[in-house]
Amino acid sequence: MLIKKPDDIRSSEITAQSVYLDRRRFIAQLGLAGAAAGIGLQQVVTPPEACAEQQIPNLTKSPLSTSEKVTPMTDVTHYNNYYEFSTDKEGPAELAKNFRTQPWSVTIDGAVAKKQKWDIDSILKFAPSEERIYRHRCVEGWSIVVPWVGFSLSELIKRAEPLGKAKYLEFTTILDPRQMPGQDRNVLQWPYVEGLRMDEAMHPLALLCFGMYGQTLPNQDGAPLRIVVPWKYGFKSAKAIVRIKFTEKQPINTWNLSAPNEYGFYSNVNPNVDHPRWSQKTERRLGEFFKRKTLMFNGYDQVANLYAGMDLKKNF
Amino acid sequence: MLRVSKVVTFLLCLGPLGLLAWRAYHGNLGANPIEKITHATGDWTLRFLLLTLSITPLRRILAIPALIKFRRMLGLYAFFYGFLHFMTYVWLDKFFDISEMLADIAKRKFITIGLTAFVLLIPLAITSTSGWIRRLGGKRWQRLHRLIYLSAIAGVIHYLWLVKADIRKPLEYGIILTFLLLYRVFLWLGPSNGKRWGITLPGRTQASVE
Repeated sequence: MLIKKPDDIRSSEITAQSVYLDRRRFIAQLGLAGAAAGIGLQQVVTPPEACAEQQIPNLTKSPLSTSEKVTPMTDVTHYNNYYEFSTDKEGPAELAKNFRTQPWSVTIDGAVAKKQKWDIDSILKFAPSEERIYRHRCVEGWSIVVPWVGFSLSELIKRAEPLGKAKYLEFTTILDPRQMPGQDRNVLQWPYVEGLRMDEAMHPLALLCFGMYGQTLPNQDGAPLRIVVPWKYGFKSAKAIVRIKFTEKQPINTWNLSAPNEYGFYSNVNPNVDHPRWSQKTERRLGEFFKRKTLMFNGYDQVANLYAGMDLKKNF
Repeated sequence: MLRVSKVVTFLLCLGPLGLLAWRAYHGNLGANPIEKITHATGDWTLRFLLLTLSITPLRRILAIPALIKFRRMLGLYAFFYGFLHFMTYVWLDKFFDISEMLADIAKRKFITIGLTAFVLLIPLAITSTSGWIRRLGGKRWQRLHRLIYLSAIAGVIHYLWLVKADIRKPLEYGIILTFLLLYRVFLWLGPSNGKRWGITLPGRTQASVE
């Protein structure tokens, strides 16, 4: 098989080119730097904290990107749901700080030619890294625009050599309560499981993701490997994936198990189908004062043919 | 002394709002400021309701009858934060879209019960003055003001029905409320039960005109 190898340096060994500063510190830093420059003391100013994120080299821009304004990184990394760490949206940033993403491997099993275990670094070499700026809509009614880094999930699926009877993919998040304090509580059934129909997973928009904002994924955003399915509510995009199983039967996803009448298997963004407890007609884009109208399939009309003839009110 | 502690309490109760305003001014309310404001005002409404309901048990258990002097203020603050919470919904969530709000009230259980909790507080706020206590008479006034029990129960259910999966926080409020209401149940059960729980029966009108 022809696998393009951009380089043989383990991505984990590439030195960080920049460190991430949060906005307020960054501004303070600017002030400090200015003052220090004035008195010739630049070297006094050191980055307050170096994070584990590293630049991803040789990024190509994807034509699938939106031109909408990207949400600031601080907002994306400090406001998200990751119940394995905390049910509080500001919790994961701190609680995931020491989460270990190396070594990491992903088990491929179920209806495939042969069961395999792939190391994260070999997966990252399946295809060139692309930057894809996607809208991301949470089932709770807020949305963000994120420059993800990855490549189409189909690249992995092809290499997994699924059998003809494989109709669905089941993604499993790591189960490790020692590292993930949220898993000590039975808020949801652990490990977190999500699923996609094969044709959904093969759609070019479905992204196998390992970075954002030009860098490797921060731990709180699903490092080291997650999926991003931009036309579905955010919880469909499983994080910290350790297993991808090809199945004949529709997987039971965690939120569906938790509240079957509220969260379906498909969970396509759909302004016409309300959550039983709240409207899905509008959303608050982080950083905006007024609410926006929510778009069918989150504005990704190119997936509509996947659901031709389906009653999306029933298959919510 | 009483006057000073009342002024201090008054200012303390404004603290949560002050903090919110301070953080808003400094752009320090996180990624979703409006959600933060909604949650903070909702939380403080429930907290003030519970504080108001703890006055009766506390003044008896601690034998500090003077605590009653603070009950009206705490109750009015519950109404005040409830009003702010209601207005964040009306303004910052629905942008005064009446038809959307009516649809919400009809369709969304947690909105319906939340609104109920708030509406129940309105007559209590209006009749909180000494004038109204006189006009209604202590007994009737007291009966009317038992609506706070319903309002607090509705408020906790409102929170419970709103969360996705983690019911810990609404449950905490629920447990505290249960204790506060149970205390009243024991109070009504009779003198023998009451005394054992450090309770003296309401000989005088508890409406306690200040």
